[in-house]
Amino acid sequence: MTLATQQDTQRDTGSAPPPGPGWEAVCPLDALVPERGAAALLTRPDGTEVQVALFRLLDGAVHAVQQLDPYAGAHVMSRGIVGTRRGTPTVAAPVYKQVFELATGRCLDTGGKEPRPGLSGDLASYPVAVVDGVVRVRVG
Amino acid sequence: MSSEPPTPARTAGADGRRHVVVVGGGMVAHRFVEALRARDTDGAWRVTVFAEEPRKPYDRVGLTRYFEVRDADELSLGTPELWDDPLVTLHRDCAVESIDREARTVTDRLGRVHAYDDLVLATGSNAAVPPIEGADLPGVFVYRTIDDVAALRGWVEAKREASTVTTRRGPLAKPVRGAVVGGGLLGLEAAGALKALGAQATVIQFGTHLMDVQIDLGGGEALKRLINDKGIAVRCDTATQAMRPHRRTGHVGRMDFADGGRLDVDVVVLATGVRPRDELARAAGLEIGERGGAVVDDRCRTADEHVWAIGEVACIGGRCLGLVAPGNTMAEVVADRLLGGDAEFPGADTATKLKLSGVDVASFGDAHGRTEDSIEVVWADPTAGVYKKLVMSDDASTLLGGVFVGDAAPYASLRPMLGAELPGDPGAFLLPEGAGAAPDLELPDDANVCSCNNVSAGTIRGAVTDHDCTSVGDVKSCTKAGTTCGACLPLVTKLTKTEMARAGLEVSSALCEHFALTRAQLFDAVRVADLHSFSDIIERFGVVPEGAESAGRGCDICKPVVASILASQGNGHILAGEQSALQDTNDHMLANMQKDGTYSVVPRMPGGEVTPEGLIVVGQVAKDFGLYTKITGGQRIDMFGARVEQLPQIWKRLVDAGFESGHAYGKSLRTVKSCVGSTWCRYGVQDSVGMAVELELRYRGLRSPHKLKLGVSGCARECAEARGKDVGVIATDKGWNVYVGGNGGQTPKHARLLAEDLDTATLLRTIDRFLMLYIRTADRLQRTAPWVEEYEGGLDAIREVVLEDSLGIGADLDAAMAAHVEGYQDEWKAVLEDPEKLARFGSFVNAPATPDPALAYVPERGQKRPATPDEVAAGAAGPVDPELVAVVDGPVLVTGPTLEVRA
Repeated sequence: MTLATQQDTQRDTGSAPPPGPGWEAVCPLDALVPERGAAALLTRPDGTEVQVALFRLLDGAVHAVQQLDPYAGAHVMSRGIVGTRRGTPTVAAPVYKQVFELATGRCLDTGGKEPRPGLSGDLASYPVAVVDGVVRVRVG
Repeated sequence: MSSEPPTPARTAGADGRRHVVVVGGGMVAHRFVEALRARDTDGAWRVTVFAEEPRKPYDRVGLTRYFEVRDADELSLGTPELWDDPLVTLHRDCAVESIDREARTVTDRLGRVHAYDDLVLATGSNAAVPPIEGADLPGVFVYRTIDDVAALRGWVEAKREASTVTTRRGPLAKPVRGAVVGGGLLGLEAAGALKALGAQATVIQFGTHLMDVQIDLGGGEALKRLINDKGIAVRCDTATQAMRPHRRTGHVGRMDFADGGRLDVDVVVLATGVRPRDELARAAGLEIGERGGAVVDDRCRTADEHVWAIGEVACIGGRCLGLVAPGNTMAEVVADRLLGGDAEFPGADTATKLKLSGVDVASFGDAHGRTEDSIEVVWADPTAGVYKKLVMSDDASTLLGGVFVGDAAPYASLRPMLGAELPGDPGAFLLPEGAGAAPDLELPDDANVCSCNNVSAGTIRGAVTDHDCTSVGDVKSCTKAGTTCGACLPLVTKLTKTEMARAGLEVSSALCEHFALTRAQLFDAVRVADLHSFSDIIERFGVVPEGAESAGRGCDICKPVVASILASQGNGHILAGEQSALQDTNDHMLANMQKDGTYSVVPRMPGGEVTPEGLIVVGQVAKDFGLYTKITGGQRIDMFGARVEQLPQIWKRLVDAGFESGHAYGKSLRTVKSCVGSTWCRYGVQDSVGMAVELELRYRGLRSPHKLKLGVSGCARECAEARGKDVGVIATDKGWNVYVGGNGGQTPKHARLLAEDLDTATLLRTIDRFLMLYIRTADRLQRTAPWVEEYEGGLDAIREVVLEDSLGIGADLDAAMAAHVEGYQDEWKAVLEDPEKLARFGSFVNAPATPDPALAYVPERGQKRPATPDEVAAGAAGPVDPELVAVVDGPVLVTGPTLEVRA
């Protein structure tokens, strides 16, 4: 999800808009290479850590999904290849090449594999906002 | 392999199975066992095969190939599992010496007696030795078995060695002079074999022209020219009167001909025909044909209802047939009969196709136009050495036979039309390809496409429509069509594709949804259009779906392909600009991702050579970064467990010590494996390590459709296993032999000989061109072995392109490789020097130096390895779980990303 103008929070620095519940400023937009993912280490409101994969597309949209590859059990989704499937932006898992829809995390092609026990075959997706050139994600 | 007690008990044994004994272990015996086991699903029969040769049945038709591959295994037939079948017993090196039809037993050469319920004679033929004086001299060979061929090779090599004299300018060998008596199919193959061994060859033919059984005089003349072009002399209308011994050696030294001519020789091969091996049948009192062979009826049964004969030993319809195709048909007939069927031998298809490398000869049906009132349609081009003839019925409508010399292209599609009406003007089928449109032939279902395995067009169509075959490979394994001599493969391919299209199955060679082109087409398109970015390429050549505005942004299939194409056409660093987004994670991180998301690091060690100082640096780096180390199959060292953020630090240390990227992560040259070679080895004849280093430095960083592995051996002992490589170089005392198209992995292939005795400069140019041609024309992820197989014209065509520049692209290929060698830079060094590229190696965009907290390791054999999910769960649960201790056999230590294994 991309909310290009949404007013939201930044938790770590004081120079940002007032904090809202759960939004975390991650990095400048410029730190993301178009059509290449990046991992981010975020903290949920309950204090637990969560790894998120961020993807910046050519049109400036930014998507965030879980970094854990449910089919490989490793935190690697940000290192997949970004592309499209029938026009829909996707990322392919770098280990076994499952294809996921970036906007929703839905798995479009399992490649005949089952996810690891206890894991969903789809990726969790997180809301993203880009405000004043800063990428923010809400993991709460 | 147990012997049978000579019990008179008939019918079923203790296990309820009947027992069929096969005498002979050739191709036809193999086919019989294969057919019986395939059809006898209830296991009513067990089968025992007695083979005289000490090996499994092999492809005798492909015997000439033995000179090329020099490996008996490559001539093996079918799947080796056949001989592991518990109902199949193979006794090798174990001829049967007698048959007792009364008791229904056979006695083998070890005196063991085996009972049978039914007996199949498949003893084949012997090479006929003509009654010529001197035919028993040392140096006179026949050409029938692998052992014959091996003995011939040994003789030629020994003769060459004996004639070698050392002069001031080095060793000089006189050419070995060979002659072949007999200008038929086998004789020409033998002559080709002599040439392949580096000997001179003269073919002595008693008849008026070569292959006079199969082709007419016009074809024979054309064939003679083509054979002469191969450097083989031909003497027709010549009777050999005697072979005389050399005065000093007593070996064969001279041939005397009836016309008074003489020929000095060092070796003679007799290829004057074959004689059925019917001694056993004779001794057993079975009826023998006029010209030999056990007489059988259309069921392939002798007068004894329990004795059958198949293949060359069977005299069927009054004659013995010396071809494998009818033999295979007989094998099928007997298998069917034993299972209660009523199959009959339908008559022989005597079509033949000669596979002497580079010379196409084929004939079928009434090649000599002996049918009454038949007419002949001939196309001849003496300058090109082409002669083609069709024999038609008097109204020029029905095809009765054909002869093809120099261009056998029409053979595959015309032979199955034998006896059928040809649409249109028969002459159209003989014109050179492209000169006139030959009508498309729609084969009738009963047309025999693969005569070796008796597969009809209908069976092939059925494989697609009823057995879900969706590729030529599927159809081959389903029907066996094209698996013996391969001559019908183009037709099988065409039928398969046509039938798939008809069934609505997509025969798509499109790369993916974004590109309708194949990789090879895209490679050319990008080159010709002079494009240098993915965006431009997909805009220009991408598929825009209906209703969409653009072709999209590619996928994990086409992006790495485009990345590889761009890299092969010199577009700078693989992480430069937009190219970075095209790379798989391995190429993007310049390292190999492992299961836990960390990477392995492999510095290049050209030729597997490394200094003690280098080893110490590698060891120290591995120790300092806590990496698991292992020696790779490519003679270098792999360091596992490097995290993304560690990669630049690790490489800084390696680059400072003089190492560079080993490209273990790329679809590119991996390593050039070598043995130690002549510098140290007592047997080495060339400096294999030096050559391996030169090759590895030349081709390092070369991007290709798949990974590339090379090998260099310093002598024929082949310790570097170079023939298991995409390009294998083996030293000879005169230079280097180069083999191509080998690989290990799931379907291992031995590389095949491309060229012999090359000097270093020619070797490099040959490999340059071979690799560049592969890079330009192979499919995505297609290794060299299947590429060579699928390249139009196969290895012969590739050899012509690479060595004779038949396409006129040699200079272009050379220039492309020169540009690669010139433009090479170490990818890791370039990354370390570029802050922008370096910035990508952070673990987290908001915490670039923080290790992935999910990584967990346990120690094993003094190093670390990733913890299993169970171990992680146990570790997270707190103290050591005693059960887990038992599992991993040692104290369990689940630890985070940094594990100090040893203090």
